[in-house]
Amino acid sequence: MFLIYLRRELRRRRRAALLVASGLAVGIALVITVSSVATGMRDAQDEVLKSLYGVGTDLAVKKEGQENDRPEPPAFRFEQKGEGEKTQSKEFVRPTGGLGSMDESAVRTVAGRDGVAAAVGGLDLHVDKLNGKFALDPGEGPSQQGPGGPMIQGRPGSGTSEVEVDGYSLFGVDTSDVTVGPMSSSEITKGKGFTSAQADAKVAVVDSGYARQEKIEVGDTFTISGTKFEVIGIATADTGEAAANVYVPLERAQDLSAVDMKDKVSAVYVKATDADQVDTVKAAIEKELAGTTVTSSSDLADQVSGSLSTVSDLATSIGRWLSVTVLAAAFLVAGLLTSSAVNRRVREFGTLKAIGWRSGRVIRQIAGEAFAHGVLGGLLGIALGIAGALAVTAAAPTLTASMGSNQPAGGGGMLISPPREAASKSVEVALGAPLTATTIALAVALAVAGGLVAGAFGGWRAARLRPADALRRVE
Amino acid sequence: MYRLSGVVKRYRRGRATIDALAGVDLTIEDGDQLVIKGPTGGGKSTLLQMLGGLDRPTSGTVELDGTDLARLSEAKLTRVRAATVGFVFQNFNLIPTLNAQENVEAALVPLGTRAAERRRRAAEALESVGLAERRAHLPSELSGGQQQRVAIARALVKQPKVLLADEPTGNLDENMRDEIVGLLEKMWREHGLTYVVVTHDTAIARRASRVATIRKGHVKVAEN
Repeated sequence: MFLIYLRRELRRRRRAALLVASGLAVGIALVITVSSVATGMRDAQDEVLKSLYGVGTDLAVKKEGQENDRPEPPAFRFEQKGEGEKTQSKEFVRPTGGLGSMDESAVRTVAGRDGVAAAVGGLDLHVDKLNGKFALDPGEGPSQQGPGGPMIQGRPGSGTSEVEVDGYSLFGVDTSDVTVGPMSSSEITKGKGFTSAQADAKVAVVDSGYARQEKIEVGDTFTISGTKFEVIGIATADTGEAAANVYVPLERAQDLSAVDMKDKVSAVYVKATDADQVDTVKAAIEKELAGTTVTSSSDLADQVSGSLSTVSDLATSIGRWLSVTVLAAAFLVAGLLTSSAVNRRVREFGTLKAIGWRSGRVIRQIAGEAFAHGVLGGLLGIALGIAGALAVTAAAPTLTASMGSNQPAGGGGMLISPPREAASKSVEVALGAPLTATTIALAVALAVAGGLVAGAFGGWRAARLRPADALRRVE
Repeated sequence: MYRLSGVVKRYRRGRATIDALAGVDLTIEDGDQLVIKGPTGGGKSTLLQMLGGLDRPTSGTVELDGTDLARLSEAKLTRVRAATVGFVFQNFNLIPTLNAQENVEAALVPLGTRAAERRRRAAEALESVGLAERRAHLPSELSGGQQQRVAIARALVKQPKVLLADEPTGNLDENMRDEIVGLLEKMWREHGLTYVVVTHDTAIARRASRVATIRKGHVKVAEN
């Protein structure tokens, strides 16, 4: 009888059922869409962090640069014999500004810690290039500072000097393990990557963007500050910008630096044995290597800004509150509508009580109807929510994540890029709204809860109904 | 057998207190037919509700076969209504979404009767009131007289000891009224019921063996 009665009521009061179900559906759809967008936001943030952080790298240890760590601006001295123009090219390799360095023994210290699966060193360098035709009078003249920092010495003559100041980033890679550190977020798309046997080889891997710009191919010779390197591979960053334009073995990078960086690294990249160990390892390294800053991915997540951060904030604050409010309103409306339906059907329930139906049986019947409304609302809401999530995924709005604007001075910043470059680093990601089983389960739970809330309202009203009062009211 | 002693039912309406029943003493023997008549607001329906266990007196006792309904728990009172008392209402009070058969079956649900048995007994009850052909019809598809016959079938399908009817012909035309009154009397005789009917209708009152007139909460019984 319960099911027959339920079926008949739902069929006969279709409009009322749809009204209650629609209210719940809107609330549930909003929860699904907002949850999916929030999941998409987390995925986008993970993707950004992965590209900024390096796949497989859990921690980066860097030393805050001291004032005296900052290298002197490079001085380019151009020789001129005789009068007239002459084309000259100079390069200056320097550690990336502001970044302190550590002795390579720090890598071994970190690698020996409990909870560390792997630790490699890396050296961030920058190559300043100056190309141009110069018409200089020989002798000491006033200095000119180029935009990249280099000093040009010489006295300008009466003619014009066409000087092109350029540069690129260079990274010294520990070839013994490229799965940790900057190269881990790039894929070798042409040629080969480094092998452990190439610790001091004159080989280079070039980022695909830089290779395209400079028309560099695998097999070409690439000269850095007078040393010739064979380009063995082209690397493409998984997302966003690469950590560096050119990668060379660590030993070679140390040799190339104009500032003495022998047996020095600018960062140690650490992979923990498991995610739970990251905080413990971080604390241990900070204690052991005084003056260093240890950055984890969660530290980075706090530093992400830009539209990704804005949308993420929206999804977590306004979106969440909006869904909670709409859902609460939907529950309330469903409850009130059910309660009002009980009021309208007071004679019906009074009659049932008069012919011997226990209050519990009447309440069960009302709760059953409300539950069915909840399930209907849940199904509609899930369909609407899925449509909403698919629409967001189809639209795939592009979000920009920026790093560094609010990072702590000096030591913080991205794991794979030095702080100065981090300030200008941004990554674009497409926002999706992936649907997860958890989201759907949440929607089903909400639908059931909505039905139960509505049923409770109606049941409470029916429980208070005395058959005599019910019959008296309508007769 | 009903035995009512000093039954008072007092209602509050705003600041005023109304005695719907003001010390009613009444005995109704098993198998008796009693018509309760009186002016509107005199307490007829209130008295019927006391007899049916739908309401409790403010004071006094309402005994049915020696059990005081006023002192029974809600669960036990519900059981009495489910098993012992059949109700027929002026407005028929059928469940609008259930068909005739299902409305009759609804009376057997609280007794725990199995579905097949429910169907069989409901079909027999509908046949006894001449509505076998209309069992699949919704109340809205039946005339007033037919709806009341379904209500009578619902009241009798559980084979109650008592049949209480509150203005059973109040919403019917004259032809239909005679038909329903005839049917109720037939059922009373055939089933050996205690039959109490509240009515304004003097024609019904004339046919009854005992008539209780209730005025301002006081009952006076007369034998026809």
